[in-house]
Amino acid sequence: MPAPSSQAQSSEPPDPPAVTPAGSTLGALRRLRPYTRPHRRALLGSGAAALAGTLAALVVPLVTRRIVDGPITRGDLSPLPWLIAGVVALGLVEAALLFLRRRLVARPTTAIEARMRADLYAHLQRLPISFHDRWPSGQLLSRAIQDLSTIRRFLAFAGVFLVVNTITAIVGIAVLGALSWFLGVAILVLAVPLVTLTLRIEKRFTAVARRAQDQAGDLATVVEESALGIRVLRSLGRGREISARFLADSRGLRGTQLRMVRLRAALWCVLVLLPELAIAVILGLGTYGVATGVLTVGTLVAAVTIMTYLYWPIASLGWLLTEAGNAAAASRRYWEVMDVSPAIVDAPSPVALPAVRGRLEFRNVVFRYAEAGPADPAIGTEAAGPVLDGVDLVVEPGETMALVGATGSGKSVLTSLVARLADVTSGAVLLDGVDVRSLRLADLRRAVATAFEDPVLISASVRENVALGVPDASDDEVWEALRIAGAAGFVERLPWGLRTRIGEQGLSLSGGQRQRLALARAVIGRPPVLVLDDPLSALDVHTEAEVEAALRSVLGGVTALVVAHRPSTVQLADRVALLDGGRITAVGTHRELLVENETYRNLLSGELVRS
Amino acid sequence: MSAETEPAESTIGTETEPAESTIETDLEWRGVGDDSEEVTRAAGLKLARSARTLVAGLLRPRMKPVVLALVILVLENAVMLTGPLLVALAIDTGVPAALDGRPAPLAWAVAGYAASGLAAAGLRAAFLLVSGRLGQDVLLVLRDRVFRHAQRLALEWHESYTSGRLISRLTSDLESIDDLLDQGLDGLLGALLTLGGITTVLLLIDPVLAAVVLAGFVPLVVVTRWFQQRSRASYRITRTWVARVIVHFVESMNGIRAVQAYRREARNESIMDQLGNRYRDANADALLTLSWFVACVRAVGNLTLALVLLLGALRVTGGALEIGALVAFLLYLRRFYDPLDQLAQFLNAYQSAAAALEKLASVLDTPVTVAEPTDPAPLDRPRGELRFEAVTFAYPRAPERIVLPEFSLEVPAGQTIALVGETGAGKTTLAKLAARFHDPVSGHVRLDGVDLRDLADADLRRALVMVTQEPFLFSGSLADNVALGRPGATRAEIAAAVDAVGAGFVHELPEGLDTDVRKRGGRLSAGQRQLVSLARIVLADPAVVLLDEATSSLDIPSERAVQAALETVLADRTALIIAHRLSTVAIADRVLVLAEGRVIQDGTPAELLRTGGDFADLHAAWESSLR
Repeated sequence: MPAPSSQAQSSEPPDPPAVTPAGSTLGALRRLRPYTRPHRRALLGSGAAALAGTLAALVVPLVTRRIVDGPITRGDLSPLPWLIAGVVALGLVEAALLFLRRRLVARPTTAIEARMRADLYAHLQRLPISFHDRWPSGQLLSRAIQDLSTIRRFLAFAGVFLVVNTITAIVGIAVLGALSWFLGVAILVLAVPLVTLTLRIEKRFTAVARRAQDQAGDLATVVEESALGIRVLRSLGRGREISARFLADSRGLRGTQLRMVRLRAALWCVLVLLPELAIAVILGLGTYGVATGVLTVGTLVAAVTIMTYLYWPIASLGWLLTEAGNAAAASRRYWEVMDVSPAIVDAPSPVALPAVRGRLEFRNVVFRYAEAGPADPAIGTEAAGPVLDGVDLVVEPGETMALVGATGSGKSVLTSLVARLADVTSGAVLLDGVDVRSLRLADLRRAVATAFEDPVLISASVRENVALGVPDASDDEVWEALRIAGAAGFVERLPWGLRTRIGEQGLSLSGGQRQRLALARAVIGRPPVLVLDDPLSALDVHTEAEVEAALRSVLGGVTALVVAHRPSTVQLADRVALLDGGRITAVGTHRELLVENETYRNLLSGELVRS
Repeated sequence: MSAETEPAESTIGTETEPAESTIETDLEWRGVGDDSEEVTRAAGLKLARSARTLVAGLLRPRMKPVVLALVILVLENAVMLTGPLLVALAIDTGVPAALDGRPAPLAWAVAGYAASGLAAAGLRAAFLLVSGRLGQDVLLVLRDRVFRHAQRLALEWHESYTSGRLISRLTSDLESIDDLLDQGLDGLLGALLTLGGITTVLLLIDPVLAAVVLAGFVPLVVVTRWFQQRSRASYRITRTWVARVIVHFVESMNGIRAVQAYRREARNESIMDQLGNRYRDANADALLTLSWFVACVRAVGNLTLALVLLLGALRVTGGALEIGALVAFLLYLRRFYDPLDQLAQFLNAYQSAAAALEKLASVLDTPVTVAEPTDPAPLDRPRGELRFEAVTFAYPRAPERIVLPEFSLEVPAGQTIALVGETGAGKTTLAKLAARFHDPVSGHVRLDGVDLRDLADADLRRALVMVTQEPFLFSGSLADNVALGRPGATRAEIAAAVDAVGAGFVHELPEGLDTDVRKRGGRLSAGQRQLVSLARIVLADPAVVLLDEATSSLDIPSERAVQAALETVLADRTALIIAHRLSTVAIADRVLVLAEGRVIQDGTPAELLRTGGDFADLHAAWESSLR
């Protein structure tokens, strides 16, 4: 069986960036294209409606003027009904265009937001545990919620007008140039420094917006930890300290946002100044032109009128550009996560896994934590000692192997290698002689069920909690798993049986109940290999017997690797392996090891301090 | 099993309808529980009211910047009005004069225009600075207030409100208020100004035509009311769904190990799709409502314009009105309806923010049930004598189920007590009452003779610390996490605390105490996390320790080391230990066996073993499990 190279894979995921990467706003926005493309018709339509609406809004005053200049001035009211009908029609068209502009983007932009979030979420679920351990939770949450709604708002409003107004401004200035090249050149000369200034401010704004979003992410982390860790905070009376920290972080964010306010003010200021100065220049130069006979008064009036119409499209660019900056920063943050490639993926041509016998082998397994990723060059990659340093162990089909070792000896890491929640640094884990890395992940994880120290419940029905990864499991299968895990009894007594919501948002269960549900979760679908990380840890002496009995029934007929701290758990196993100093130093029965191995005796002897 | 089946938002008042046990078919996975977030009309009005009160309370101390912003806006508008006049002046007077060889009027007009442009730009910037700062100040106060209030609210509240919803309040809801403050002030103040100013001008020019314009207000008001109701309802729904999206997101990311190990990715994605689509649809509905609203406002405006044009033409030909006045009227009318678009934008942001404000206001309106006394009793040198006097307790969410009936207990200073009993016997409740996570329904819990309710929180926590079962680690270094026990502890003190609990593993970590423990302490094993949480206690150095046995994931030697350490650490302290394992009992001076909220056995471990009974039976079973 060809095993993939057992070279050290240093495909550790990057840390959250400490330094803001620079880049162009346009480039960052362009990356939204895969998401906007399916909706480009609606988005373009909205833009067209916006342009047409701008035009219609221009036409209404023209018709009005005609009415005033014509029928009213001349006192001839006969064409009036028609003209009024025209105004009404135009007015309604304008309203309809306004409606269309917003209506067209309402569903697409919200759909883009939902799609991007779904993709981010799906991607995050595929990124390895090592990624999740490194990235602060709030940074992920703020990307999924805040950043995406920033992007949605940009696409729905600012994005459309950024394009429309830029076009309007350029066309307007071109028309002006056509009227009088002389004035056109003058405006361009005026515009160059101001536009340069605008772009520079915008660039700084985007950088500051990025910082604000990062700070909002940090704030979300504090929020999350303060909510999840409320019991610890309350016990130690640290409510004040965490509130102070939150306030300090909020102040930091406010400081950054005030910088954004200042930059936005500067941007507006420049962009208000541009059309205003342009009008003054046109007035000055234009009248000079009129006086010297280069220009007619009519052209001058037309030029001023055009510039007046351009006032709002240009001035509003100030606000639109800041929105673009926000969206660009948000897009960059989004792609930072999306660009992380999942380190633990299917092999290019995965080996099919026929009926699993369940022989589990660790062959010279080495594992070391990468202490710092490449994104954090300041610290550099730490030469941390390996946690596992050449583990060799075989669990025969149908055998239950207990894994014993001191706290922090790497037992949990070892168990996480089987289902590839982490990959070995070197060496290999083999299932029925096949390197687990050459199997399809889905096949591997169907064959190997891993239960953790902390049985995490989700806020959902009991059924959903047990059938975690097999949503199409039948009720009978769920009940069977519950029975094997000794959990059927208490589930029957829950108010809505299998449908009862448990977890944080539902009924809370005792440690013993949670532990048994976690076992049921592991055995549903009868996987041939079980990896149980200390399945009896959260139990009290009253429920230990129940869970032990459940465990005994769970372990029948499967290959199992069970992390154990207690003699009672060890006694469920056929053999015991002792993990010490990153290696398996002894394998044997509980009795044998108690007699032969000093370390083991130390770890597991029942003689405790007695008073 | 503790039943947490009370209405989730029960804190708002009685108006919330308890959701029926019905579940929507595509949300079957959520299971049956309580989802009372439906808002009745009466409750909706009350919500809106508390949101308004909150806004008023936030703005009242900041009237100065509000007025300043308004003044700047008035000036800006005035400056903007002079622009066209100066252009007219330049063309009508300046050009002919210049042609006559007198450039001065033209020069003045141009200079005047440039000056007005500069002023307009300056005023715009000033307005943005003032209103931006105002918005950020309000946001900071609101953030701080909600966070601090949540930190003070009873644990009971947190358990029923749940972390996910609190997180969503403090992130997404606050963000939508940020949006309002960011862009809304301009729209609101500008629109108000224009509405007031132009109505006056219109009335001055021609009361009859102005009456037509004012009549146009009637449909406008109707449309606006419709919009407010519809969009508020939509935005309320968005708040509910975004909270569920956040809950699902946070739970998935926190349970990522289980997600991957059990191949839940696909199922989770379909759930996220469901939730995300509800959120999407609610958002889209709000935006569609907005598009109708904007279009209606514009249509009303344009129709009014046509009507004014028609009537105006008749009046002009009838001689009741000057042409100039009509033109001016029409120009102003146009200006009048332009900002209505802006106002619509503001109203939209406001509805979204208001739905969020309602949620925040309901958190802020929740009374702090376990409150600090206004006039706390001093507690200088706590000795650690703990007394329960006829304490009766039932959880507020299930007041008819008495957990502790008339419980009395005296714990002399320095005694170590082990509490033994089945799940639901009242062990944890006892510890929670001693830690003042809850207040008793009747009776007193006293520390050194002082009722806990009379102690300042800081004093109480200094004197008495509880170690909960799940050792929560915060992101940061190991030292930071230990220092939670006593902020400001020196490095040496932290190291000493770590050594005291036998957490030797620290020295093997690559950066020792400075090692980043990673999210939720992911870098450490469960046993190591428990040691960290014990080290916190050593550092906190309280007179009373409440231990909800936190040694379950330790291997036997570590547990032995911890027990040895505990014996030393607890020697001169009062301790109440909820014993899940009988090994812990060994270090106790006294054992209480609880059942149904009563003490059924009380004595030293040796005595209880001698006399037989529940404890002796348990002990026998435990002994045999060790062999």
